Amino acid sequence: MQSPPAPRSAPMPGIALHNLVKSFKGPTGPVHAVRGVNIDIAPGETVALLGPNGAGKSTTIDMLLGLSKPDGGDVHVFGMTPKDAIAKGAIGAMLQTGAVLGDLLVRELIDMMASLYPHPLPVEEVLDLAGIGDIADRKTTKLSGGQTQRVRFAVAMVSNPDLLVLDEPTVAMDVESRQQFWQTMRMFTSRGKTVLFATHYLEEADAYADRIILMARGEVVADGAATEIKASTGGRTIRGTLPDADEGVLGRLEGVRSVVIHGDGVTLTCNDSDSAIRALLRDFPAVRDIEITGAGLEAAFLQLTADNDEGIGG
Amino acid sequence: MNATYTRYELVRLVRNKRAFIFSLIFPLSLFLLIAGSNKDQKIDVGSTVITFPTFYMVSMAGYGAMIASISGGARIAAERSVGWNRQLRITPLPVSTYFGTKVLTAYIMAAVSIGLLYTAGLLYGVHIGSIGRWAEMTVLLLVGILPFIGMGIAVGHLLTIDSMGPAVGGGSAFFGFLGGQWFPLPEHGALHTIGEGVPSFWLTQASHVGIGAPAWGLKGWIVIAIWSIAMGLVAAWAYRRDTKKV
Repeated sequence: MQSPPAPRSAPMPGIALHNLVKSFKGPTGPVHAVRGVNIDIAPGETVALLGPNGAGKSTTIDMLLGLSKPDGGDVHVFGMTPKDAIAKGAIGAMLQTGAVLGDLLVRELIDMMASLYPHPLPVEEVLDLAGIGDIADRKTTKLSGGQTQRVRFAVAMVSNPDLLVLDEPTVAMDVESRQQFWQTMRMFTSRGKTVLFATHYLEEADAYADRIILMARGEVVADGAATEIKASTGGRTIRGTLPDADEGVLGRLEGVRSVVIHGDGVTLTCNDSDSAIRALLRDFPAVRDIEITGAGLEAAFLQLTADNDEGIGG
Repeated sequence: MNATYTRYELVRLVRNKRAFIFSLIFPLSLFLLIAGSNKDQKIDVGSTVITFPTFYMVSMAGYGAMIASISGGARIAAERSVGWNRQLRITPLPVSTYFGTKVLTAYIMAAVSIGLLYTAGLLYGVHIGSIGRWAEMTVLLLVGILPFIGMGIAVGHLLTIDSMGPAVGGGSAFFGFLGGQWFPLPEHGALHTIGEGVPSFWLTQASHVGIGAPAWGLKGWIVIAIWSIAMGLVAAWAYRRDTKKV
């Protein structure tokens, strides 16, 4: 958890980004956007690339897609260079920029894009999947922000790719379209596709990804299932009602890191909640209304992406 | 080439009102207006005497084809402004097909512009002396616009959509002036020498083939070839530079 994972020995090659480095010229000297990123994704995985703005997510995605050349390191997509994977139609992508080609109807745009790929999905099926059947005969320039996002998703999907890359896919969508979007994605991933999506919505990463790769300051700071990332930081919290509790005694219980007492209510922040709850019940059988909660992904996110590098591996 | 992709590029071309007005309606209305009001005027072009509409029609055919060629590629700026070039780059569309389609659509636009002017000319009683001469003029016009198609594609990749109007307007005015499309250049002197070095001069010469002037000599072919290659290289450079940007 604290260091980048070793490359997995998958039977079929997936996505492999190794030692990626990329800098840009900034007004005050070079900006190190990506500083030694290692990511391996097995075929069929749905992975969220999570991180605050400026974490290097989009730069990493650009290098994965061959839109930007890394200063160092290498990129392989199903064992191919990004250029070859794109030429074979193996990658479909929804970039971060916000509009679509004008002077066309939605259906025409999807049909045009389908014609560029060797094995496209049927246009009608994609319109249906993306939930844009009702706006198929509308001009691409006369759409709302959320509708445009869905059309762009359809553009990515019609290519029927093995790898679908989405950079902030739901950013202009309302709650309803967002849910609809992820429903469609579920259908798509159930066909064995590999999906990498960048997001800064924690709940999306938590709910829809098999695995979360957390980036901050151009580095991968955590990589694993959401539950693993949550567990890796912050630990769990035990709350209960215990009249006349002594902060010092509670604080010395096994597995407890800190204690807060408000009236009869006690809150124990734990490194090891399993040991702490056993010790608590043994020493204070009167404790009642017990709740044990895991640290939220938000707490983990904040801790791991904080500017303070303490306790964080690269 | 990809037939579906090309078809939609043409559909987009036809639906783009700005490009349509600028490259088709503008030269056509200029012809209808000016030739219409000087319908019976005769011009002595040396070897023979022709009507003013005939003279103006062949000139406008060259000018209109030039504008259509430049603005054909310039539409790329609008596509870039919505990030479409990045989206296209992550499709299997080969760069050669991308460029080929742009050149083809620019050619179609130019051909339609020429066709419209010929039709308007015929309606104004322009007399076709010899089909052969007209065919020769048309072929030379279509060859002569090649540098301007390259120029349009380069400009489309280099400039933003906001600066496109002044660039296309200014560029076509600049080359129209230097090439003698606006008014005849002096027969000798510095302006004539400079003029011979720009491709629009040879568009003017191509136009004049329709009214009895001789076809391009070797000099014309060389100038057009050099400009075509140079503009092609600039367009390719502009494309690479543009897509490298993040």
